[in-house]
Formats: sequence, C-alpha cells, structure tokens
Amino acid sequence: MSAIPADPNVTAVSATPRTETNYLNADWSIKSWLLTGDHKRIGILYLVTVSFFFFLGSIAAGLIRYELTAPAGFILESETYNKVFSAHGIIMVFLFLIVAIPAILGNFLLPLMIGARDMAFPRLNLLSWYLFMIGGACIMGGMINGGVDSGWTFYVPYSSMYANSNVTMVLTGIFIAGFSSITTGINFIVTTHKMRAPGMTWFRLPLMVWALYATGVVIILGTPVVAVTLLCIIFERVFHLPIFSAELGGDPVLFQHLFWFYSHPAVYIMILPAFGVQSELIANFARKRVFGYHLIAFSSLAIAGLGFLVWGHHMFISSESMYQGVVFSLISFLVAIPSAIKVFNWTATLYKGNIRLQTPMIYALGFIGLFTIGGLTGLFLGCLGTDVHLTNTYFIVAHFHYVMVGGAVTAFLGGLHYWWPKMTGRLYPESIAKWNAVLVFIGFNLTFFPQFIVGFMGMPRRYHYYYFAPEFQPYHIMSTLGSTVLALSFIIPGLYLTRSLTKGAKASANPWGAHGLEWETSSPPPTSNFLQIPVVLDEVYDFDPVTEHEQDKAAQALEVPSYLSNEAKSIESEKEKR
Amino acid sequence: MAAIASDHGHGHGHDEALHHQFEDMEQQNDSYIVGMWTFLVTEVMFFGALFLIYTLYRSMYQLDFYLAHKVLDTRMGMINTFVLLFSSFTVAMSVRFAQLQNRMGVLAMLGITQICAGTFMVIKYFEYQEKFGHHLYPGPGFGSSPSYLNGASPNFAQLYFGLYFGMTGLHGLHVLIGMIVIGYLMAKWWRNSPMVTKDYIPTELVGLYWHFVDLVWIFLFPLMYLMPKP
Repeated sequence: MSAIPADPNVTAVSATPRTETNYLNADWSIKSWLLTGDHKRIGILYLVTVSFFFFLGSIAAGLIRYELTAPAGFILESETYNKVFSAHGIIMVFLFLIVAIPAILGNFLLPLMIGARDMAFPRLNLLSWYLFMIGGACIMGGMINGGVDSGWTFYVPYSSMYANSNVTMVLTGIFIAGFSSITTGINFIVTTHKMRAPGMTWFRLPLMVWALYATGVVIILGTPVVAVTLLCIIFERVFHLPIFSAELGGDPVLFQHLFWFYSHPAVYIMILPAFGVQSELIANFARKRVFGYHLIAFSSLAIAGLGFLVWGHHMFISSESMYQGVVFSLISFLVAIPSAIKVFNWTATLYKGNIRLQTPMIYALGFIGLFTIGGLTGLFLGCLGTDVHLTNTYFIVAHFHYVMVGGAVTAFLGGLHYWWPKMTGRLYPESIAKWNAVLVFIGFNLTFFPQFIVGFMGMPRRYHYYYFAPEFQPYHIMSTLGSTVLALSFIIPGLYLTRSLTKGAKASANPWGAHGLEWETSSPPPTSNFLQIPVVLDEVYDFDPVTEHEQDKAAQALEVPSYLSNEAKSIESEKEKR
Repeated sequence: MAAIASDHGHGHGHDEALHHQFEDMEQQNDSYIVGMWTFLVTEVMFFGALFLIYTLYRSMYQLDFYLAHKVLDTRMGMINTFVLLFSSFTVAMSVRFAQLQNRMGVLAMLGITQICAGTFMVIKYFEYQEKFGHHLYPGPGFGSSPSYLNGASPNFAQLYFGLYFGMTGLHGLHVLIGMIVIGYLMAKWWRNSPMVTKDYIPTELVGLYWHFVDLVWIFLFPLMYLMPKP
C-alpha cells in the first residue's frame, strides 16, 4: 500500500527511523501495564490471561479424553464428569474462543490497520479487560468451589431447579464477561467508523477490519440478549422471580430460544475474525491480490446478518413445530453460501499465486481444509432428517470442534505467528514452528475425525461411559491419542514463542514483505502507533506481479551463497577465539 | 503517558478536552455520539428480550395477567410517567443550556432532573412496599392473601409479578445509574471542568441515556398498568 505522510517534509512513512522507545519499553512499571489505555498493551494483557484460561480449559479436555479411553470410564464419577465437561465448555467458549481473536489480535491490529493512534475509547477498552478478569475470576471461583454440572448451555430447569452447584456464581461471571465483550464490540464499531486515516475508504480496508466490524455488530446485537436471559436464571435462583418455571406455566423452551439467539451468532463471533486473519494470511503468502475483495467483505456482513436467523436449528428436537424446523433449516443452508464464497475466493487467490510455505501459511492452508469439513458436516446437522439421528452424538461434537478448533484456533495460531514480530519485535524460530503447524494438523484430525465415525455409530455426547457398546473403544483411544499430540503441539509454541521474547532475532518493520499499514510502522510500534498519521492512496492488497518478481530476483542477487557465508562465519569465530 | 506526548509530531495538545487518540474535536464528538448510540442499541436488545418474554406470556395467559394487573396502582404509575416525561424535558433543556454555555442553567435543569428521578424512585419504593405487604412477591408465600389476586391463578399471577418485579427492577436500576451519571456530570459542571464546558457533547450523551431510560418506562407503563379486558 502506498502511503505518504500528511507532512510533505517527510518523504515516506516506511522511511521513518526506528525509534528507540516503543510501546513495550516505554515504561516498565507494573502500574503502567495495569492502567494502560494503549490498545496494544491491552491486547498483550488479553493474550497472557486468555492463554492461561486456554490452559485450564485444555486440562478439562484432557480429563474428558482420558476418562473415555475405557468403556466403563475409570477416573471420574458421573457427577464429576458432568462438572468437568461443563468446565471445559464454559472456559473454552466464554473465556477463550469469544475473546481470543477479537480481543487479542483485533485489539492489537484494528487501530494499526486503519492508521489510527488508538481505539476510539481506550479507557473503555481497559475496562473491558477488567470486566473480563472479574468475570473470569467469578467463573473460576464457582468452579473451584464445587463446579457446575449443567453444561455450558445452562438449559433450564437443569440450571434453575435441579442444579445444586454454583450456577449463580458462574452465571454472574459470564454476565460480567459479556459486558467485556460488549465494550469491545462498541469500540470496534466506533473505531472502524470514525478513526480511519485520511484516504482509508471502506473498500481500502483490510479484510480483517471488515471481519472485526461484522464481529462487533454480532456482539452488540447478541450479547445483551444472552446477558438478560442468564440474568433471568440468576433472578430465579436468587430472588425467586419465576421466568422460565414450567411448574408455574413458564416456558423452558423459551430459554433455549433466547439462549441460542445469542449462542448461535456467538459461533460467528468466534469464526468471523478467524476469516479475517485467514484473508490476510492467504493474500500475503500467495503474494497476490485477494480474489473477490468485495465479495469477501460483504460475505462477512451477510454471515453476521443471517447468523441471527438460524438459531432454531439447535432445537429441532426441542418441541419445535415442523414448519418452524423447515424455515430454520432453509435459512441455515443459506449461511453456507457466504461461507462458501470465502472458501472459494481463498482458493482462487492461491491459484497462480507465488506461494510461500511459511508457518502462518501452513496454518492458513490447514484452516481451509478443516473449516470446509466442519462447514459441510454442519449441513448434515442443519438438515431436518439427518439431524434427528445425529444430534446429541459425537458427530455434533466433532462438527463444532472442526469449526472452533480446526477453524478459530488454527487461524488464531496462524495470526499469532504472522503478527508475532509486530507484537514483540522478535522473530520466532521458523523451522520448529513449521513442523509444529503440521503437528497441529495431524493431532487435530486424529482427535476429531474418529469422533465423526463413532458419533455416526451412535455414541452420545456428554456420556462418561459406553459399556453398552465396547466396539466404540478403538475410536476413543484414537481420539485420546490425537488429543495428546494436539496438547503437545499447543505446548511447543508456548515454549518457543516465550523463548523468542528474549532469544529471538530482532524483527525488522516488515519481515514478511507484507502490505498493510501495520507493517509500515516499526516493530514493535511506538505507543502512538505512527509518527505521522499515514495518508492512504491505494487499496491494501496491491501485490503487483512484476514488482514481486523483481523483488525476488533482487533478493536472490543479494543472497550470499551458503558456502561463502559459512566460510565467513568460521573466519569470524576464529577471530573471536584469538 | 509521557511517551505519547513525545511521540506526537503534530501540535494538538492545545485543547484540554481533546483526547490523544483523536485528531480534532469533530472526530472526537462524532465518535462519542456513534459510541453512545451503539451502546443504546445494546440496551434496546437487553430490554427487548424481556419485552419478548412478557409478550409471549401475556398472550398465553391473557385473562390471568389482566386480573393480576388490577392490583397495581394506576394513579401512582401515571404520576411516575409524568415525572419522568418532565425530567426528559429538563434534560433536553440542560443540553440546550450547555450549547449556550449557560452554566447555571445547566446545573438548574440537571438538578430538577435529579429531583424527578428521586421522586420516581420514592414512588416506586412505596409501590413495591405495598406489593410486598400484600404477599405479591413471587416465591414461597406468594398469594397468601388471595383477595389481592382478584381471582387470577396464583401460578400465572406469579409469572406476571415475576416479570413485573424483574422488568421494573431493572428499569429502576437504570434510573439509579442515571442519577449517578447525572450527579457526576453536575460535579463536572460545578467545577467548570473543560471536559463539559468546552463542548455540549458530554451533556448530550447523558441526555441520550436519560431519554432511553424514560422511553423504557413509556413502554413499561401501558404494558404493566393499562391492560384492556381481554
């Protein structure tokens, strides 16, 4: 992207000297972190805390997988098992997936990508992190203090009448964390509308920004509804206000409607930002303009809109009328269209691209495959006939893990690697990261593909034993084996990324040769992002094949042959010895 | 935040009310307005879910809701409606005075708004107290004075009062939050803080919130107090 500063005395933004102070080393005190208004620091705060919650949620997942290796189960009692899978769901959904890409990468990138100095409301942004922490503390407190056994969906009357666990405390935590989400959403929307740099028109925005904007819309329309719905359960448990009590004539299914009115769009809160990351990665590592920019941008908005009209497909077997089912099924199929537009456009972008198989690109290619499987199996479940057979089995578990882990987590890891040099100013070790990306792909498929098969055979979800069908055991063992590989492949990046903070090579402002405003400031960026607010003259993905080719040739010409460089190194090391 | 000041190559630090992330006051004010309306959208969705529940239950149990609602004191509800409508007027006047930079005018109008909000809460307190006295609070002991149920089924009447206390309670909470925010705004005006005196937008934002709180009541009052015989 060509960008020139408003001040004619400075020739180009990319030519601005690397300042010694950046947002990380401007102030080392703990207070400066905890009271920061800087969107980049808040992104880092989110990264640290969300990683911690991901770790806790993964432990719960590990317990579930370990339990299921034997048909009769062998380490957890039924009640404990219920609490463990509830903990896994609640932590992963409310404290990891909804927050991960929007609050970490989105917070960090949105102002940088549109050429702004910060989010529109920095203090509100900081408040959102504190709300998240308070919510997280309430949820963890409830879990340590006995746990919840209602599943992450909190269906009444499991959660209102029959639960004697800590539902109230955990719900309060989710309610508070919801407001953290809402404040982030408001910030995204206002920042995108009002903080764009001069010349940054809507159709010059990076696709990541479109995706974050669509996410913001879903957050502000959906989250308040689930907040008030969960509040109704709190009212019922604490103040005896009956809202969904069936024994008084209330409607428990109404709870499910209101819950899924948010919780279905919530999966788009998780996956839309992943689509955004994906578009950036594919464009950069195929060195090509994204195919069908406008369609990808509008398909994000279409998904955000249609996502609010399909919640009924979670309730085909909860007393929904046939006509209701038909309508919800039809609209659910419609969501496949914008999703497919994205997948086809990414694939078309790869066509005749100059593909560079670096770590983020391996994650991005993995994403296309895994998301396609996850999306297509979603059609099985949106179809009225097959859903009755497949719902509440491991098929559905495998389906949403393909979208959430294979989609959102893969994109998160890809994006984290891609922007890691920008966030920390350090390079991660490329070769180990590449192998690890492959390991994620293998471990993930080994974990969740057998679940499709065993679910199709009839293994119900949320059961902690299957002694009635010991023939399921090989699939469960495969799945547990895969989850071990997957766990390993999540630990390894944790280690090498942490190590790169001190040992990694210093990153230049634009280590990938990528296009986009965030790459035109130094790595890590100064506190105010840009020394001069850039003026945008062209669209973001202006990869020109001719220039690309010339750059490649120039890079090859500059490259010292390996035998020469080795010789030079040995000479130098000998000098040092002397 | 010294780093921010030193980073800034261009010279806007003149305007005390301008935050560092904005280029000029126009951008800042626009952002505030868009942000406030976006927040109000979330509030509409928040109350919208409750109104949806209410609508469904009322259509299911029309007669019982009608019988149960008769115990509410329409006169008190009406007084409260006019109190809030009047406070909306005074808030609008305070925004006008803020535009005219009339500090005492703003303080007087916000003061009257506070009195109205307080009056609303006091009337609400007496209404709640009466319902509690008549055993109309849901839970064990509900309807132990059956004469106040007017013949409505105790179960469905409990649903009605559950919604009544839930929705008016949440609305009352919003009134309380509004009182705190207006109090904060008044303190800023009292101290001549440039944050509010330089520009009328902060006053306008509080005004928008207060109008929303009134608007929720404008829906709650007829839905809860003024039912026709089914």
